Amino acid sequence: MAAPSTPAPVVSARDLRVQYGDREVLHGLNFEIVHGETVVVLGGSGSGKSTLLRTLVGLEKPSSGAVHIKGVDITRASAREMDAIRKKIGLAFQGGALIGSLPVGENIALPLLEHTTLKPTTIEVMVRIKLEQVGLSGFENYSPAQLSGGMRKRAAFARALAMDPEILFFDEPSAGLDPITAAGIDDLILDLKKAYSMTMVVVTHELASAFLIADRIILLDRGSIVAMGPAQEVRDSRHPRVRQFLDRVADTTEDDDVDNLRLFTDGIR
Amino acid sequence: MQFVTEVGAASERSVAYVGGLAQLFGRSLRLLFFSPLKRTRLLQRAVHQAMAVGVGALPIMSLITFFVGVIIALQGAYQLQRLGAMQLVASLVSISITRELGPLITAIVVIGRSGSAFAAEIGTMRVTEELDALETMALDPVAFLVVPKFLAMAVMLPCLAVWSDFMGVLGGCLFGVVSGNFTFGSYVIATRDAMVPHDVAAGIVKALVFGLVITAVGCQEGFSTGAGAEDVGRSTTSAVVVSILLVILIDLVFTVLFYLARGTA
Repeated sequence: MAAPSTPAPVVSARDLRVQYGDREVLHGLNFEIVHGETVVVLGGSGSGKSTLLRTLVGLEKPSSGAVHIKGVDITRASAREMDAIRKKIGLAFQGGALIGSLPVGENIALPLLEHTTLKPTTIEVMVRIKLEQVGLSGFENYSPAQLSGGMRKRAAFARALAMDPEILFFDEPSAGLDPITAAGIDDLILDLKKAYSMTMVVVTHELASAFLIADRIILLDRGSIVAMGPAQEVRDSRHPRVRQFLDRVADTTEDDDVDNLRLFTDGIR
Repeated sequence: MQFVTEVGAASERSVAYVGGLAQLFGRSLRLLFFSPLKRTRLLQRAVHQAMAVGVGALPIMSLITFFVGVIIALQGAYQLQRLGAMQLVASLVSISITRELGPLITAIVVIGRSGSAFAAEIGTMRVTEELDALETMALDPVAFLVVPKFLAMAVMLPCLAVWSDFMGVLGGCLFGVVSGNFTFGSYVIATRDAMVPHDVAAGIVKALVFGLVITAVGCQEGFSTGAGAEDVGRSTTSAVVVSILLVILIDLVFTVLFYLARGTA
């Protein structure tokens, strides 16, 4: 599929604000993601990146603003429209979130069994292909509890891929993994990017992995976008918070206090 | 004044809680008839649940209700002996079991086995993000998890209650035959004479309502689980405690209604 000169965004957020109780976690984000692009959302703990991901897939309701996925505003979509959108997206959760009562194979087969009219034998073959893709062939009959953390993540990828989604979301794909397994996961994402020209949104705090897989990077800090652009551009940014994040400089306590204060006063402003 | 506000707040919470249960039930009912998921798969899951809830409970349920039957017969015999009315043991057992203890003990055992399990299962799924995963796969957690549970419980609880009635009467029969006042045949006849179809039917209706309440409470507690393992434990505990309380309350209401209906007839 050749991209048109000004491609319509597949995912876009407009003035997106999310609140937990009285505390606002995302302060009016604006961005667009076009077809076939891999966007990495970088940010430290508590920067709101996981909340952003949950909002983009409709698990969290924004307090104001809009999220468009393939032209549909999911903050206003009906349950049926939402289901239709959800069948076109895949989300790989940080901890895998495989259904514990089902073996790995059935976990991957689940969306196919529920949403398609494919024959069981066809689904079996598809499950085998998806598992092979993530390097887990032969693990169909293992229960999720029997897998290691990295394997569970890969199984979750396979499930996210099951419906051949147009947009894939990854939550912390390499968090908590040893460097070798993490590199394997990065390779997997690069493979998917090459093979399917899928649109991918990856949320992570791993710098190395981010610069390896990203076309574009969005750097979140305390609920606001501090930098957004092609990976190289963000890497060369002179913005102090960006530099601090990329150069891995710890916050001074003084800074912490000011930031803490800002956290509380932001809502008032 | 403080006290009054606290009572007010507590009653408001209780009403909201029961409202939540009704909402969950209503939503499940709607999703049962207008299911976004495949019907055959839904039935498969319901049968799977029914096996766990009903068939799995049979051995323990049989044992407990059998013993309760024996206990009622023994306790009754104490009093009836003094009046020289030992032949009434059979009717005492059959009436107390079919009208009251069969459905009630069934409900209590199912709360312990299944109500708690529902809360723990859904609560754990909340903690491990499995509920979110279901949602992102366009599988409504209520349609996927709760509807089959309601179906299974609505069918299995009445069945279990009837089985409890049977086992309880059998327990009474053991006492009757061993104590020498009855033969097996005479006990069965005495039971048949004492048993009213209306009593058994009332027991079945009660069991059905108990089943729905236990499911609603177990699932609601599961969904409202917080973020950690400790919260799963808390949800499971309150599922059991609240279910027992509600079942006893409903039993009381039913009994009062039946009593009043009898008075006017």
